[in-house]
Amino acid sequence: MVMLYLSAIVLLPLAAILAESTSEGTGTFWSQVTGPQAVAALKLTVICSLIVVVINAVTGTLIAWVLVRDEFRGKKLLNAIIDLPFALPTIVAGITLLTLYGNESPVGIDVAFTRVAVVFALLFVTLPFVVRAVQPVLLELDHEVEEAAASLGASGPTIFRRVVFPNLLPGLLAGVALAFARALGEFGSLVLISGNIPFQTEVASVLIRGQIENNNMAGAAAVSVVLLVASLVLVGCVTLLQRWGSRRDR
Amino acid sequence: MLVAAGCGDDDSTTTSGGGSGESGGKVDLVAYSTPETVYVEELEPAFEKTSGGSGVSFSNSFGASGDQSRAVEAGQPASLVHLSLEPDMTRLVDAGIVSADWNKQKYNGIGQNSVVSLVTRAGNPEGIESFDDLLTKDVSVVTPNPFTSGGARWNIMAIYGSQIEAGKSEQEALDAVKTVLSKTEVQPGSAADALTAFTQGQGDVLISYENEAIRAQNEGEDVDYVVPPSTILIETPIAVTEDAPESAQAFLDFLWSGEGQQIWADNGYRPVNPDLVDAKKYPTPSGLFTIDDLGGWEKIQTEFFDDQNGKIAVIEQELGVSTAG
Repeated sequence: MVMLYLSAIVLLPLAAILAESTSEGTGTFWSQVTGPQAVAALKLTVICSLIVVVINAVTGTLIAWVLVRDEFRGKKLLNAIIDLPFALPTIVAGITLLTLYGNESPVGIDVAFTRVAVVFALLFVTLPFVVRAVQPVLLELDHEVEEAAASLGASGPTIFRRVVFPNLLPGLLAGVALAFARALGEFGSLVLISGNIPFQTEVASVLIRGQIENNNMAGAAAVSVVLLVASLVLVGCVTLLQRWGSRRDR
Repeated sequence: MLVAAGCGDDDSTTTSGGGSGESGGKVDLVAYSTPETVYVEELEPAFEKTSGGSGVSFSNSFGASGDQSRAVEAGQPASLVHLSLEPDMTRLVDAGIVSADWNKQKYNGIGQNSVVSLVTRAGNPEGIESFDDLLTKDVSVVTPNPFTSGGARWNIMAIYGSQIEAGKSEQEALDAVKTVLSKTEVQPGSAADALTAFTQGQGDVLISYENEAIRAQNEGEDVDYVVPPSTILIETPIAVTEDAPESAQAFLDFLWSGEGQQIWADNGYRPVNPDLVDAKKYPTPSGLFTIDDLGGWEKIQTEFFDDQNGKIAVIEQELGVSTAG
């Protein structure tokens, strides 16, 4: 049953995209994904997404740490706010960010329609992933282990590096992989704030939108497949890292 | 507000109580996004008050023209389609959903007109009057990305055509398009996004439709607009589908009637009936041209907007390469 459900909901659409991407032959597939505009858009998307997940890995872990280890007023509220980027329609996020970072910015940050804006928007929409992946691990982490390490003379940073971090790593990597996949495909918030100038600020999803508008379904599917593969590669790397990590534990 | 809850609930099954097919029925309207409020708040209520329209219920769908056309092609129920570009209608003709002689109907199958205009900051501080000003003056331009927004192609062809009309060669006209595109810092995904970016303070000039400019002013945005002396006539195709009920044709007839066209005129559009165009509000530019003057959409779509080899795609590539260096 589970397999049937998964096949119908996930595998079938993915197979259809694969089929569509090569519907005009593999030659067309290559020319679509190696065209200068596609390469520029894919490069921008992947690089911005990588920057975003690196920042997220650090800040997300920090936020999760504060939420689990610290006690302060408004903690419950903060905890609830973390999920809001999930709930907000991304087009609304786009308009909000545009107002915030446009040239009438109330906070004096005018970065709209630049690559910086792409990173800002992606940071916003992918914020919850790492926090929510690391938080439960931190919650379950036994304080006594850290105390034992401290009693054996380990310093704070050493405890974090040798005791806490290895435990967090699998969750952190899973969060990073999800955030990366989400960032690659993001459209709603970026179409407003990125500027969409080909070769400069046009991300892959906006390029795909243009290809669809041009009835270039094979091209749109081909670029999508590249995004899928990029996601898949990262998920694969994460799985390998996790395996390597758990082997080292033993 | 008149809420058509009564007839909406029973749908078309019980609305045939009137005369012999003269009233009642349902219209499945599938249209591009900009005229949504005009349809829902003005045209449809006005039609329901006419003898032909009493008891008619509406099912409305609005969205990007290309998306709407693809949805209908894929089977979305539609009895009246109103799109922003002719190729979107041609797709439905090819799919056998719309009759090939849709453009042989009244007013060549065009619902209403507009023109490509230039929206400026209040008071027009840069003194923009024509597309030539975009070439010579140091201004930042906002226009939607012509690849994601089919409607934005009218803007590109307006720049191009203004040069051709002035006796320039095709290459010179293309160079003009390139110059204007090089002055864009942002190419929003749609006309609505472009207006948002502009009213947020981006750019000195927004290339937009006259009706959008008028709407922005009516909504209290602090902008002015000019209709360039040489610009393109925007014609939006409308047609009933092959198996449409009589009610859809009746509604289309109403849209083309004096009353229907007056409603378009009151909402910033130019009537297709020349007798109804108020020359004061909608002066005809001296150098107004149509897409057919430039070869027609079918030719232009592939020649200019093919996303690999189209002339505009090549221009964007050249601009991209030069800015990357």
